[in-house]
Amino acid sequence: MRKSRTLNLGTGTFVLLGFAALFFLTTQTTSRGFSLTSPPHYDLTAKFDNIGDLKVGAPVSMSGVEMGRVTKIAFDSKEYKAVVTLRLDARYNQIPTDSDAAIYTQGLLGGKFIGLTAGGAETYLKDKDQIDFTQSAFVLENLIGQVLANFTKSSAPSDSGNPKPDAAAAAAPKATEKTK
Amino acid sequence: MKLLAELWSSSVESLVGLGAVVRFLLRLLVDTPRALLRPDLIAQQVYNSGALSLVIIMLSGLFVGMVLGLQGFQLLQRFGSEEALGTAATIGLVKELGPVVTALLFAGRAGTALASELGLMRATDQLSAMEMMAVDPITRVVVPRFLGGVIAMPLLAAIFSVIGIYGAQLIGVQIMGVDSGSFWSQMRASVGLSDINEGIVKSCIFGVMCSLIAVYEGYHATPTAEGVGRATTRTVVTSAVVVLFFDYLVTAAFL
Repeated sequence: MRKSRTLNLGTGTFVLLGFAALFFLTTQTTSRGFSLTSPPHYDLTAKFDNIGDLKVGAPVSMSGVEMGRVTKIAFDSKEYKAVVTLRLDARYNQIPTDSDAAIYTQGLLGGKFIGLTAGGAETYLKDKDQIDFTQSAFVLENLIGQVLANFTKSSAPSDSGNPKPDAAAAAAPKATEKTK
Repeated sequence: MKLLAELWSSSVESLVGLGAVVRFLLRLLVDTPRALLRPDLIAQQVYNSGALSLVIIMLSGLFVGMVLGLQGFQLLQRFGSEEALGTAATIGLVKELGPVVTALLFAGRAGTALASELGLMRATDQLSAMEMMAVDPITRVVVPRFLGGVIAMPLLAAIFSVIGIYGAQLIGVQIMGVDSGSFWSQMRASVGLSDINEGIVKSCIFGVMCSLIAVYEGYHATPTAEGVGRATTRTVVTSAVVVLFFDYLVTAAFL
């Protein structure tokens, strides 16, 4: 009787430890908290010319506060644009209809995320609505290409007379120009 | 010509061996419902395979995590991104090192115990004695050991990973001075449930493989002292190869 008691205790402790470890892994090391049912949410879509390396699961934030995640990335073969579906927490249901969505990079080489900027409209976006104003991902390679092109241009003899603005400064507005 | 014939016969032999293992697995699965009627036997085997392996798993997990913390820090420091240490260590532990190292240790600690126990039962005619008493040794002895290993393995792998993460945290945050907040928050931002799932699926598969190989080798051991020893050795060798092979397969399947 004594022996089977220690045996049960050992087995019980082991199984408890194991499930505690599994629970820890699923809740503490991932961003998803423990929830059997998904919290109330609504979906919005936005069309981008270029999403860079935006991934499903990337955060969607406004003013730096995370409001939801990217749940789907599809391609619109008529407009040749990327259609991104954003799932937002139902708590944040007062986003003006003329808000704009832009793809930003976390840190210098970090992953991409979508930042929303509130507009001034009185009406709010509802489930299945589309965000009309979008700004594409900032593609580092394009910028480097433009900088290089500017360098080669300014070093060519025909251009030597013109006062050239700084190459990087000239390239920066161009990179943001192709928005909206 | 003679070489070819030998090659042919040895490959046929290995096919026969594979078939025998698969048939043994099917037999175990068929007997599983009947074995489930005696959960106390299974619990005892969970204790033997799992709880008794706990110390070696926890110690190894701690040291593997600490090494990851040290190596990862050295590597990431070159790129000035030490904060990614939490992510690197967690992904490495949960997806690869946790399941694989646990399976290898499990084969060494629990697999050999299973194989030698069953082999000794075979050598001392205990299995035949059970048959004489109309007790099916597969249901009474083999299936509980198999199920015990299958249940214990994912739990051990999860414990290994968690201890390893704390080992990496110990080295990275406490000693090397990585910021504790960014260690955890970067980890949470970039580790997904799919990573955890991959680890769980892997450790379940490894649990089935290691336990199956151990009970198969033990049950079919030649009933001599030498045969038992050989069965034990083969358990470890085969388990290690099979685990690494399936590790590749599962990783490729999850990509």
